[in-house]
Amino acid sequence: MTEMVFGVVPAKAGEPLLPRWWRTVDTWTLLAIVGLFAVGLTLGLAASPPLATRNGLDPFHYVSRQAFFGMLALTAMIFTSMLPPKLLRRLAVVGFVGAFIALALLPVFGTDFGKGATRWYSLGFAAVQPSEFLKPTFVILTAWLMAANYEAGGPPGKAISFGIAVVLVVMLILQPDFGQASLILGAWGLMYFVAGASMVLLLVLAGLVMVGGVLAYQTSDHVARRIDGFLSPDLDPRTQLGFATNAIQEGGILGVGVGEGTVKWSLPDAHTDFIIAVAAEEFGLVMCLVIILLFGTVVIRSMVRLVRERDPFVRLAGTGLAAMFGLQALINMGVAVRLLPAKGMTLPFVSYGGSSLLAAGIALGMLLALTRERPQDTLSEIIGRGR
Amino acid sequence: MIRAPLRPLARILTARANGEDPDRIEAEARAARMRAKLRAERQRAERRLWLLAATFLMAFGTVAGRMGVLAASDPVEPENGYAAAHIANQRADILDAKGRILATNLRTNSLYAQPHMMVDKVAAANGLAEIFPDITAEGMLAQFEKRKKFVWIKRSLSPEQLQAVHDLGEPGLLFGPREMRLYPNGPIAAHVLGGTRFGQEGVHAAEVIGMAGVELTYDKFLRDPAEAGKPLELSIDLSVQAAVEQVLAGGMVLMNAKGAAAVLMEADTGQIVALASLPDFDPNKRPQAGADPAESPIFNRAAQGVYEMGSTLKIFTAAMGLETGLYAASTMIDTKGPLVWGKFKIRDFHDYGPLLSLRDVIVKSSNIGTARIAIEAGAERQKAYLRKLGFLEPVPVELPEARRSKPLLPSRWSELSTMTISYGHGIAITPLHLATGYATVANGGMKVTPSLVKGGGGVGERVISEKTSAELRSMLRAVVTEGTASLGEVPGYNVGGKTGTADKPNPQGGYYDDKVMATFASMFPAEDPKYVLIVTLDEPEIQLGRDPKRTAGWTAVPVAAEMIRRIAPLMNMHPQPKEG
Repeated sequence: MTEMVFGVVPAKAGEPLLPRWWRTVDTWTLLAIVGLFAVGLTLGLAASPPLATRNGLDPFHYVSRQAFFGMLALTAMIFTSMLPPKLLRRLAVVGFVGAFIALALLPVFGTDFGKGATRWYSLGFAAVQPSEFLKPTFVILTAWLMAANYEAGGPPGKAISFGIAVVLVVMLILQPDFGQASLILGAWGLMYFVAGASMVLLLVLAGLVMVGGVLAYQTSDHVARRIDGFLSPDLDPRTQLGFATNAIQEGGILGVGVGEGTVKWSLPDAHTDFIIAVAAEEFGLVMCLVIILLFGTVVIRSMVRLVRERDPFVRLAGTGLAAMFGLQALINMGVAVRLLPAKGMTLPFVSYGGSSLLAAGIALGMLLALTRERPQDTLSEIIGRGR
Repeated sequence: MIRAPLRPLARILTARANGEDPDRIEAEARAARMRAKLRAERQRAERRLWLLAATFLMAFGTVAGRMGVLAASDPVEPENGYAAAHIANQRADILDAKGRILATNLRTNSLYAQPHMMVDKVAAANGLAEIFPDITAEGMLAQFEKRKKFVWIKRSLSPEQLQAVHDLGEPGLLFGPREMRLYPNGPIAAHVLGGTRFGQEGVHAAEVIGMAGVELTYDKFLRDPAEAGKPLELSIDLSVQAAVEQVLAGGMVLMNAKGAAAVLMEADTGQIVALASLPDFDPNKRPQAGADPAESPIFNRAAQGVYEMGSTLKIFTAAMGLETGLYAASTMIDTKGPLVWGKFKIRDFHDYGPLLSLRDVIVKSSNIGTARIAIEAGAERQKAYLRKLGFLEPVPVELPEARRSKPLLPSRWSELSTMTISYGHGIAITPLHLATGYATVANGGMKVTPSLVKGGGGVGERVISEKTSAELRSMLRAVVTEGTASLGEVPGYNVGGKTGTADKPNPQGGYYDDKVMATFASMFPAEDPKYVLIVTLDEPEIQLGRDPKRTAGWTAVPVAAEMIRRIAPLMNMHPQPKEG
């Protein structure tokens, strides 16, 4: 009767949200990310007590903060990963505008925390670095613009995105923050590569980067010192790099043991830029290989999944996010093992840092959202409906 | 290249003829072109994504591989402190002529504090004050309370102090290894060796640098790693040096002198066998120079102090007279005193009568006689002569102090100067100068270069002839047998020599009446001298009979005689049977 009077209870067609998410999300990448977070917490237990002691705080102050922000980041990641690509794109573009304004206002309202570069907003309980949020949203924006280029009569998205990238790089260099600037440029370059840039143009760009590097070497003492330090065969064991190398060598295969490491007492950036050295010393090569494996899983699995993707936007956005994540990890670890010249860069999702952890969570959530299994238009293409 | 036509005209025309909508066909063609383009794009993107994934895989693999290589290699100990590796702390030993150690190194520890690692700063400061008498607990605590991470406390510790500091049990007190310079013979040959100090200092090592003496002259050599610790061998004979110092110290006390110096030199080579200066010091703990450097223990009276040498210089005037050919040993010289020159009068100690032979001028030590010889020879010749003997320049011996000690010469070499210089006034030289000059007389007339290093020195040009040298030696022997140095006779060793008693200059001007510099310049055995010995006493005075005696014949000569008695057997010299 009730049904006759009021009609049936309107039921949503299709699967419920969570089971569908679990079925379609890339479980391996998700597990790898959770693994990275766990590793980060473990290493924070080892690396951050010296800093806390120096700052007169409870020894595990930074670990509990890391756990709090980590949970926040994981939650944000899962929510983000549930968004459909189109909604994701819209939110990200709005987010990009917000982050861009925040970045532009840094010189006015920002603080440098005595580190010589104005990169942060101080919110009292935490510091927020706008460029961390700018990175993933920039990737989405770029992917949208480049994908629009495919449309017949679409805008010249590649050129526009390049313009935006250049503006961002200039703003970041003015901070100065060469690390983030190189990540933005690197991610844009890789997206452009996948979006079908002509090889000639890519070579020209690579040449320009080389020329820029040489110019920086010749004009900036700071850069020159870093490069010289990298090129010289013998390492001064009293530099940060020397301590890091020594820590990796001390650690050997299995490490010196939990809490037995000494490098964290000597390195001011043991909990951020050189956390891999702490890992190597206390937990040995095994832990380092696990970390590399986890990063590799996230990056390479995501890319392989994106190969099958038909939607140019999703493909490009996913590529950009995965590449940016991978680049950052590679640069951080490459510096610690002296494959690259010294450059301060955090190990995403492992290094300590409140807002960067949250931003990384959002970025990885976007990546998960974009690598979800969704119906591809294979059949429709065969039938000939086109896109 | 054949291009596919943009509009499929044939199909459009057919469609038109059949009354169908030709636009649909055009739209289909456009859509097909678009699809083809997208497919091409996608295939390219697929290839590039695979490439990208492979590149990332390789990059991660490279990092992992590099990590593995690093983990498998041996760590290099990171070192705190600066430039510790560059401090060469191996200083070569210094040996005497017979290979006995004069200076070597001892491993000790330095003590420093790292206040931020201290458990109980107050207890540590109190403990240190108890162990080291020169440290006060308050001062130490104030050092610890400063926001410094590093405080030097002691440069080197004795083993007992090391243990006592250990026993404090304070983790913030740390030891650094040190090489300490050790002079096992204490003050013996102190002025020759000089001393060392710590130079550039790190936690793990400190430079030891020479401060004076041969330690400074040969600093480069001693520290040169290329020499691989090759010791520096001196010409000093430790046992002779010890005997010389002992006798000199005894003599200084007996004669109530305030200072003394002695130089023993090989007559033929200029090698210095012993060089002593009193008062002396312990080079293990080299003192600071006092208010008057010339009275300080670190002042080297033998090589650094310039004094008027008095009558000892007469022998060179005699040599000059003989060399000119104007005089022979037997030439009679007018010695009627006083000799008046302008407003100055030159007197003798005693009146020796109106005439003396040249030989007796020396034996009796007549100022007037030598002054007449000098005035006859002339200022220019005297100056050239003294230059040849090396009396106008610092002695080129391997002591930095000696090389800085310029003889004091008259600003204007007047005739009066010529006369006073002839008997050793108005020119101030070091005892080492005098030794060099006497070596020339002793060895047959050859100039020698004095040296403290084994195998160093050497013979230079001829200054006086063999014949003159022999005549001078017989005069010097006569001074001992029948002249002013009769107390200098040592049975069996035939000592020859010349006394010199110079009034000391008063800093206020003029000369003291009662303060002298007594010198005995000797050689033995006189007929063919092997060694030259200079003994100088500063302000000696003994009470014998009615008057205080200050002249060298009463003071420096007996000291030198005792010295020769002691050292001649040490140098393997056999006493000669009594003549006749």
